[in-house]
Amino acid sequence: MQDFAHSFVLAGNLILQADAALVEIVGLSLQVTATALVVSAAIGLPLGAILAIARFPGRMVLVVLSNALMGLPPVVVGLTVYMLLSNAGPLGVLGLLYTPTAMVIAQSILITPIIIALTRQVIADLHQDYSDTFRSMVVPGHTAVAALLWDARYSLMTVLLAGFGRAIAEVGAVMIVGGNINHVTRVMTTAIALETSKGELALALALGIVLLLIAFAVNGSVALLRGAERSLVRV
Amino acid sequence: MSEVLSFPGHAPLKARTGRSALPLSVRQLTFRTEGIDILRGVNLSLESNDLTVLMGPNGAGKSVFLRLIHGLLQPSSGDIRWDGAPLSKAVRRSQALVFQKPVLLRRSVRANLSFALGLRGFVNRSARLEQALADSGLADLADRPARVLSGGEQQRLALARALILDPKVLFLDEPTANLDPASVLMIEDVIGRVRASGVKIILVTHDAHQARRLGEEVVFLHKGRVSEHSPADLFFNQPQSAEAEAYLNGKILV
Amino acid sequence: MKLVKFLCAGFLAAGIVLTGPGLTAQATDFIVVQSTTSTQNSGLFDAILPEFEEKTGIDVRVVAVGTGQALKNAANGDGDVLLVHAKPAELTFVADGFGVERLDVMYNDFVIVGPADDPAGIKGMTDAPAAMKQIAGAEAVFASRGDDSGTHKKELALWTEAGIDPADASGTWYRETGSGMGATLNLAAGKGAYTMSDRATWLAFNNKGNLAILAEGDDRLFNQYGIILVNPDRHPSVKAGLGQKFIDWLTGPDGQKAIASFKIGGEQLFFPNARGSTTN
Ligand SMILES: Nc1ncnc2c1ncn2[C@@H]1O[C@H](COP(=O)(O)OP(=O)(O)OP(=O)(O)O)[C@@H](O)[C@H]1O
Ligand SMILES: [Mg+2]
Repeated sequence: MQDFAHSFVLAGNLILQADAALVEIVGLSLQVTATALVVSAAIGLPLGAILAIARFPGRMVLVVLSNALMGLPPVVVGLTVYMLLSNAGPLGVLGLLYTPTAMVIAQSILITPIIIALTRQVIADLHQDYSDTFRSMVVPGHTAVAALLWDARYSLMTVLLAGFGRAIAEVGAVMIVGGNINHVTRVMTTAIALETSKGELALALALGIVLLLIAFAVNGSVALLRGAERSLVRV
Repeated sequence: MSEVLSFPGHAPLKARTGRSALPLSVRQLTFRTEGIDILRGVNLSLESNDLTVLMGPNGAGKSVFLRLIHGLLQPSSGDIRWDGAPLSKAVRRSQALVFQKPVLLRRSVRANLSFALGLRGFVNRSARLEQALADSGLADLADRPARVLSGGEQQRLALARALILDPKVLFLDEPTANLDPASVLMIEDVIGRVRASGVKIILVTHDAHQARRLGEEVVFLHKGRVSEHSPADLFFNQPQSAEAEAYLNGKILV
Repeated sequence: MKLVKFLCAGFLAAGIVLTGPGLTAQATDFIVVQSTTSTQNSGLFDAILPEFEEKTGIDVRVVAVGTGQALKNAANGDGDVLLVHAKPAELTFVADGFGVERLDVMYNDFVIVGPADDPAGIKGMTDAPAAMKQIAGAEAVFASRGDDSGTHKKELALWTEAGIDPADASGTWYRETGSGMGATLNLAAGKGAYTMSDRATWLAFNNKGNLAILAEGDDRLFNQYGIILVNPDRHPSVKAGLGQKFIDWLTGPDGQKAIASFKIGGEQLFFPNARGSTTN
């Protein structure tokens, strides 16, 4: 198909010329998603670890809940955040609607359950290894959580990458709460949606290719970081 | 004597004051899992600091017994007391167990030791750490990830990690299985010095020679029961129970 | 050391987060305009807004959604100005107290497009309902927005006039895309379907395939755009002063001239017709 080849040429040109609009959009995408990831990790990693090792009533409910919420439809998250941040909503006074912050909130809500659920699984597996040793040494709960998170850091990087991938590729939620405003809240995915609706399929696909390249770059650098250490530390 | 005191950097080892952990008193201890009685009515009383060797055929329940008296398993029935007190975190904190299959943290050798050190309010941590590395012969491997160590090195690290906690009671579950003769010697040397510093040691081993070298008393476990508890000399020269005699003669016990 | 590398990675992430302009920078003065995808997709805003922004220093942030959603968002106070093309709904919006007043801004028209080989034979017709009746008679595939937008409402009105209830045929020859004009045109191009589009989106649309304009020129295809200041009495957060400035400019000589001079391929897309407040 002609559009397809054209897209690769377009994508190449956009990148090589460091197209100003593209740089801005890519920058905002990374910024919003990186922030959402930091927020989600700060909440999801400890919570996932606690769910993995603590025994308390209602724990199974939370486990099932976080697993189920992994499949949250972005549009539902977007609508919910919109209703909260709308001027007619309870948090309207904050004036966050149609700002990057609103997008960060939406993406955080979207991926925190993923981070929690996957972290819980990773930590539970490692804890099975460690639990007798920890109990024998009488390791306090918070120390155990920290130690498990640290020792599972390579697997957890994959967990964070899963969250990053879902957040940066998501369009439904950021479209609703960000509004796809040029120079303010336009990110890669909403730009792709916009170009598609203008019938600029080649350009839309080119942007998609750039998005893919970014995903490759992020995953690649993490793999390099891991590889460098894995050569020393084999599980 | 001064050499004895220099072992794993613990000055406190020598001047052990305060209440002793002993005696250990086990009454009618039963442990049942999946409908099978693994221990059935074990009675045992350990009163002195003598090094106790726990022997018995595979599956006799030795490892389970250590876990029970260390408080890692809940007995199905019966009573365990250390110096009159029931098991608790505080009791466990004064003990250390080197597992039959030690689990090391996915970190460097040094980090494994410093993690353990950080658990207790020790002063002078870095000096203790360097001392422990030197004493266990792991100084050259300090920055190596623990999980790539050889089996023998891992055993040594597990022992060093247990000792750095400065326990009053030390459980060793086959600490020299699968080791080469030099490593066995090294670990036995360490055990001897720890014993001399006044720590109560309960050692599981299948190695009769090792048991003779180190043991002061022997507890023989068979089919979930204590079938013999006697001084080491007596046990090895004149075993009182038929099971122990068969075991020592290399006869398979079912 | 590992720790160092991890800290580096952490700082890198934090750096991306903090140094970028988007999260921290706030333009001093801006308004939010709730408008429609068709208006945005035509490129009109990109063409005319810089002039206003330069003149006043007010940043105009356009949120482009379907008319229905734009009305709803504006009713929630999530915008200062509403610029859509669904007159009855706009008048209701004002009557319900959500808007201050409605002003005409400009118009363009709708066209009926379809595959060039025209299986329903409507080419050259100027009677829109009649053309649509013919499409229905031929059971030729027709792509409808189906999204409660201004365009969708207009299309439904034409079906009613043609005496046809397309809902009966939903899923057979009548396809409701539930999405914007662009997506609907993409579908029509892909399936060789008929559809109704506003002329501006059609002209700016870049994936026409073998679609062509087949019927146009009916008065009933007239498409009036109106502008409304969201009622600050309802929502105190509305920037009435700035919003009014934008409305004054757009309906004033400068804005009207800017609209008229916006062309694609030499063709004018929107025809300014502001004449003060409308009363009907
Ligand atoms: N968690 C458990 N669940 C079920 N059975 C268990 C469990 N732990 C131990 N057992 C069983 O209890 C018995 C005693 O096990 P234990 O590990 O104490 O043997 P041991 O005396 O240490 O043997 P070895 O000399 O081989 O180490 C075995 O038959 C074992 O299969
Ligand atoms: Mg065992």
